[in-house]
Order: sequence, then structure tokens, then C-alpha cells
Amino acid sequence: MSYFSDIYNGIKTLLTGMRVTGGHFVRIRSENITQLYPDNRDTLQMFERFRGEVVMPHDENNEHRCTGCQSCEIACPNGSIEIIWDRQVDPATGKKKKMIDKHIYHLSMCTMCGLCISACPTDAIVWAQNYENAVYDRSALTKVLNQPGSKLKAGIEE
Amino acid sequence: MMNIPLSITTTIHDWLFSIMPEGAATITEWVLIAVAYLALFAVAGLYLVLLERKVAAWFQFRLGPNRVGPWGIFQTIADALKLVSKEIYSNQKVDKFLFNLAPYFVIVASLMAMAVFPFSKQFQGFDINIGVFFLFAVSSIGVIGLLVGGWASNNKYSLIGAMRSGLQTISYELSVGLSILTMVLLTGTLQLSEIIEVQRTGGWLIFQGHIPAVIAFMIFMIAGTAETNRAPFDLVEAESELGAGFHTEYSGMQFAYFFLAEFINMFIIASIAVVLFFGGWLSPFGITEGITWFPEVLWFVIKVFMIILLMMWFRWTFPRLRVDQLLTLEWKYLLPINMVNLVLMAVIIWLNFTL
Repeated sequence: MSYFSDIYNGIKTLLTGMRVTGGHFVRIRSENITQLYPDNRDTLQMFERFRGEVVMPHDENNEHRCTGCQSCEIACPNGSIEIIWDRQVDPATGKKKKMIDKHIYHLSMCTMCGLCISACPTDAIVWAQNYENAVYDRSALTKVLNQPGSKLKAGIEE
Repeated sequence: MMNIPLSITTTIHDWLFSIMPEGAATITEWVLIAVAYLALFAVAGLYLVLLERKVAAWFQFRLGPNRVGPWGIFQTIADALKLVSKEIYSNQKVDKFLFNLAPYFVIVASLMAMAVFPFSKQFQGFDINIGVFFLFAVSSIGVIGLLVGGWASNNKYSLIGAMRSGLQTISYELSVGLSILTMVLLTGTLQLSEIIEVQRTGGWLIFQGHIPAVIAFMIFMIAGTAETNRAPFDLVEAESELGAGFHTEYSGMQFAYFFLAEFINMFIIASIAVVLFFGGWLSPFGITEGITWFPEVLWFVIKVFMIILLMMWFRWTFPRLRVDQLLTLEWKYLLPINMVNLVLMAVIIWLNFTL
């Protein structure tokens, strides 16, 4: 008798499969996942966890959160990050203190592993969601992350 | 001989015979009919490829081709132009004669099968009294093209693909034949135009024959899908195992012939199903029966596309069978069911239980 139950089960499971795909077929307008990319460039939002490039967010007073601890530079496996720093007098306290001059990021070498971001103790660098990173000249891929004239936000180092 | 008195074709027929001697007019008609069928072949093939890609995309939440022309309608024409412009290349060790012959076997078999279909009451290339038998015989020639192509390629993948195709066709030809025979039992004729006349008065055959007809239809669809070498029966060109199967070594237009023939074969299987089960060009419930100007060919095409959609639905839902599963399905399930079904149909006709 398993002969007939095999036939019954076979037909039943095949119809179940066809119901699933048929459902997708008739609901294509709402379920479609294709992005018509160059056409929807203005409205296309990348998802939050997308790793576009490393950026350093600055607030409205042109202040960042990077203390120049170099954790990211040490964590980077292929030397994509270089930090140029020196000791300057902190105008608030009058003491000499380590400050970043340039936080240099080589996008051309970066493998998007994210070790720098997880190593950063002050969350100074984050992932950006931009995806159009092609340029005509290689030198344009070497980026200075801290904006000119920016300074460390107060209260980060405590 | 030419049974095509569609009002347009009658006009052309009369006009040709009025301006030239009979012999020349007949030959001109032959050429015109050949051109018409070749055009149908090319257009149907190209647009079935496009339909396949669109439908496949929709089954997988994608949009499919949409860049060349509105909704991508010129995509396959662009593909065909690319294939025409490519070099026809073969490696040194192939059997040149057979290698170049193989695509034409496939193409000619498909074209011959197309000739007998009644697209509408007036549009039928060749109405012979053994139409079904002819169709069945001719549609099996195509597999010789596959076997020859696979053999001549001198490539192990091609050869395995070709041998699998031979195995598959020998097995499933039986089921196609027996399910067609079940329906022929009901119609009592092999002539395709008469099969449709039977359905004009008694309703579509799938309703006339009820239970055995439905079973025969299911078996025909399974075996027909196997006949056309489409998934889930695409062992012949199983990409993950054999490269591209029997057409691994083919390029350019020769490859395109195989590719188009596959889609035309699908059209042929769907057409057989429509003629034998769904009333050919007859409208459902005779709704356009009295309207003389209505192109009946439209009903034929709509029904054929419904069946083709069903076959595409199979393709994009079911996983590929193994060779042993393929043979088990045929010899242990389809064939016994089919034989019982044939007897059942005979009993139903004998006891006059047809609807």
C-alpha cells in the first residue's frame, strides 16, 4: 500500500512547492527585491549594517571624538590607517596633551574588516553607508578623516 | 493539398493563381508558407525565451530583463543578434559532418511538428488523417539531433548528456504515447482538425473524459516536460554536473538553434495538450462561436501560453531528478498508472459514462 501513499505524498508535496512559488509569482509587485539601481540613485538607502567606508562623524561645532590613542592604527591588519599626532598645549587646562593632527585613511587598502571600529574606545569612527566609491585617481582614495580645524569634544577623555 | 482557406490566405491563393500559371503559383505558395512558419518559429522561440526569463524572475522575487526596450521586450532580439555575429567555432577533434548536421535535425523535427497544428479553423499547414501519429513520430526525431551532436562533439560531458537524453526519451516516449492513446480512444480519430470538431459538440475532451482524461493530462504534462528536456528533467544539460550537456561544444548560431528548438519543443508539447485536452482553437463555452470576424487563433495562443506557464512553473519550483529517480518515476509509476488508465478509459467509453 505504500505505493499509493507514495503517489499521494508525492503529488501533495509537489503542489505545496508550487503554491509557494505561485504565491511569489502573483505577489511580485510587493515582494520584488530588485533595486533599479542607476534610476533610483536619489532615493536608494543602504541598510544600516552596510560597510561603505570608515568615516569620523563631527558635530555642529566641528568637534570629533578621536583622542589619538592609535588603537585603530594598531588594530588595522594592513596599515590602512595612519595617525599623525603631536603633543600640544590644551587651551582648557594649559597642560601638554596628545592630539591628532591628521587621521589618514587609505580606502584603497581597506578590506572593510571593521577591526578599527570595534577597537575604538570612544566610538570616534563609524561605518558610512555610501557605496559609490569609484574615482578616477588613486590619490583620491587617501582620505583625511578629521576635518580641518576640528578639535576633540570635551569630556571624551574622562 | 494546402488546407488554408483563411480569408486572407484564400485571397492570396486566388490572386496568385490569377496572375501566374498553376505550377508557379503552387511553388510560390509553398515558399510563402515556409517563410510564414520560419517567421513563427523565430518569433515564438525568441519571445518564449524572454517569457521564460521574466517568469523565472517573478518566481524568485526579481524583475527580470528590463533594460533593452520597454519591459525588456527587445532583450532576446539583442541576444539573437549577438549570437548571429559570433564565430561558429569547433575544436579539432570533432566529427565535422555530424557536428554541423546535428542542429538541423533538431530544428527540422520541430518545424515538421509545427506544420500539422490547427492554429485556427482556416490556418493549418498540413491536415493529414494520421496527424497525431505523425506528430508523435516527428517529435522523436529531435532526439537524434541531440545524440548526434553529443557524439560528434568528442567530449565526455556532451556524450554523457546525449546518452542521458536518449535514455530519457526512450522511457518517456512511452508515457506520452499511452496518454495520447487514451485521448485518441475518446475521439476515435487521429486527424487533428476532426479531434477539434469532436470537441465542438461534446465539450473539451478533458471534461468529456473526466477522471481518466485528467489523469492522462497529468501524465502527459509530466512526460511532455521530460520530452522537452526541461527541469526537473534536465539531466541532459545538467549545468552542475555536465557543463552544458550535449551542446557544450557548440557556439554562435548552432548553439542558438539548439536553444530555440528547446523552446519550440515546449510550444509543441503545449500545443498537443491544447488540441487533445482543451479544445484547440475553440472558445470556452462557445462565447465567440457566432462572431465571424473573431480570430480563433487567439484562443489557441492563449491556451498554449497557459500550458507553457504551467511548464515554467514546474521548472522553477522542482529540483532536478537523479537518473535512477527518473527511471523509477517512469517505469514504476507512470507506465502502470497509464496502462490502468487506458483500460479505465475504454471501460468508460464502453459503458457510455462520458460526459
